[in-house]
Amino acid sequence: MSALLEIRGLEVVFDGFRAIDGIDLTVDQGELRFLIGPNGAGKTTLIDVITGLTRPAAGSVRFGGTELVGHKEHKIVRLGIGRTFQTSVVFEELSVVENLDLAASFRRPLAALLRQRRGVSDTVRAALETIGLTDLAERPAGVLSHGQRQWLEIGMLIAQGPKLLLLDEPVAGMSKDERERTGELLTEIAKDHTVIVIEHDMEFLRRYASQVTVLHEGTVLVEGDVAAVQADPRVQEVYLGRSREDAA
Amino acid sequence: MSEKLRGYGLFALVALLLLVVAPLVLPPFRLDELAKYLCFAIVALGIGLAWGQGGMLTLGQGVFFGLGGYAMGMYLKLHDAGPGGLPDFMEWSGVETLPAFWKPFANPVVALAAVVLVPVAVALLLGTLVFRQRVRGAYFAILSQALAAAFVILLVGQQGLTGGTNGLTNFYDIFGQDPEAESTQRSMYFVTALVLGVLYLGARQLVKSRFGRLLVAVRDGEDRVRFLGYNPATVKTITFAISAGMAGLAGALFVPVVGIISPSLLGVVPSLELVVAVAIGGRYALAGAILGAIIMNYAKTGFSEEFAGGWLYLQGALFILVMTLAPKGAIGVYHQARDALARRRRPPAAEDDAPVPQKQEVPA
Ligand SMILES: Nc1ncnc2c1ncn2[C@@H]1O[C@H](COP(=O)(O)OP(=O)(O)OP(=O)(O)O)[C@@H](O)[C@H]1O
Ligand SMILES: [Mg+2]
Repeated sequence: MSALLEIRGLEVVFDGFRAIDGIDLTVDQGELRFLIGPNGAGKTTLIDVITGLTRPAAGSVRFGGTELVGHKEHKIVRLGIGRTFQTSVVFEELSVVENLDLAASFRRPLAALLRQRRGVSDTVRAALETIGLTDLAERPAGVLSHGQRQWLEIGMLIAQGPKLLLLDEPVAGMSKDERERTGELLTEIAKDHTVIVIEHDMEFLRRYASQVTVLHEGTVLVEGDVAAVQADPRVQEVYLGRSREDAA
Repeated sequence: MSEKLRGYGLFALVALLLLVVAPLVLPPFRLDELAKYLCFAIVALGIGLAWGQGGMLTLGQGVFFGLGGYAMGMYLKLHDAGPGGLPDFMEWSGVETLPAFWKPFANPVVALAAVVLVPVAVALLLGTLVFRQRVRGAYFAILSQALAAAFVILLVGQQGLTGGTNGLTNFYDIFGQDPEAESTQRSMYFVTALVLGVLYLGARQLVKSRFGRLLVAVRDGEDRVRFLGYNPATVKTITFAISAGMAGLAGALFVPVVGIISPSLLGVVPSLELVVAVAIGGRYALAGAILGAIIMNYAKTGFSEEFAGGWLYLQGALFILVMTLAPKGAIGVYHQARDALARRRRPPAAEDDAPVPQKQEVPA
């Protein structure tokens, strides 16, 4: 296995607050990596740095050997990295199929974009089937339920054809059934993609994760397989600590 | 499919009204007035594209209208002056040799190209500077308005070069025609109507293309679009340039239609009035933008003939009314009524009861 993503000595500072405080992380080609950690651990910030939304104060992010720090967001997408957001964002005025089609079309030259879409491309059709929204293809994305929106976002991610997928809490706010479907979806996507998933939900983790990285206060606390991570006393402490605070 | 047919039907009906009925029934004076409104409608179409589809609230379209108008006016002035001659206003202001930037406009081909290319170039430059820096929303609106104000100051200040407050007027020969002749006015009307029709069809194609869908996506979630691998600044700059080109063309048509181009026609107020008209007509539909421009200008003329000062207030009141009660404008109201009617005709059981989208209004 070769490293696809290599993060070294990463630091992010917001107005003097160190949201990421020296993170090293390596993700191999083909891996499905779960990223967990209590609120404010720096999980989203880490993804923001990888995708060019946030600039680090120090450190490097290399993707397939290319340094990502300093590149604009859309350039990083063009290198083959796609992401979803913690609060899903789809284009409500556009239909489901149009949302997917836009995601699938960014490699087309500008002149080709001036043409009207004719029918549904194979990529988009496949994405529609994968996320199970074929029946709603022509409806505006604004009518979708919360769960369906999150699937649409995942579908858009697949349609982009990225080498690395970053998902920020894809099952947040989903019902039990929806979680299960998303888990299956994830397993399927992970077969032929490298995926990093941020997830809080321990139950979900137990079912679908193998490799887990735990972040805490901007550093990597533990890394390993699910069972080992769950058994680790430090992990229990930060999670228990959190739930005690939550209760207070 | 029926939606599409209805669209074609409406377009054919409007084309018939504009190209056949209006020239037959309107007296020459009114037809000429309508030609003027159609010029404004072309600007409005550009605003509909930039603002309605792209979310760029451009309050300075007068600048591009003016650039096109002046390019045309300069050619006509030089043509009237004859080879080696100076435009009359220059002689009055004591200018003795033709300024260098006027010289290319003696050539009709250069002048006609400049009508579109100069506004497009200015918009491309501005867009590249502004959109890349992620200036948007109200900041962009204010910037575009400041540009209109600055442009007027520049024009007024350079009396000898631009004709100052009076602008460019007194044309005697419009491409071989007498500007006062009824036949000239009629042909100008047809040219303007045709240009509007062609631009409308072009803009509609653009809206339906992938680029158009992308434009809507940029309007509704610019930051999200970046993560789809597109640069929103490029999309916005191109659209802004197209709308500027339209305004330039409209300005160039306006000159022979009305016989003048002057700073008072393209400053902050006229630019703003057109945006208001687009909002009232319905900014999310290209037809709404056009409709708004024609109706509001008709109303303005009619109203000003009766009570000179009242128009400003009526316009303001209408604008507030539309923004609060029907943010999608007249076209939006029409669509709502049509859908309501269709729903009433169809038995409710036959309808697939999908959840109604909670349409969010995009902040201007
Ligand atoms: N733009 C910002 N400006 C200032 N502070 C920020 C900013 N973004 C994040 N932070 C802070 O950085 C820390 C890490 O935030 P981050 O969103 O990465 O946490 P997280 O691990 O994703 O948490 P959650 O599970 O709640 O999503 C938090 O304390 C947060 O308040
Ligand atoms: Mg987060």
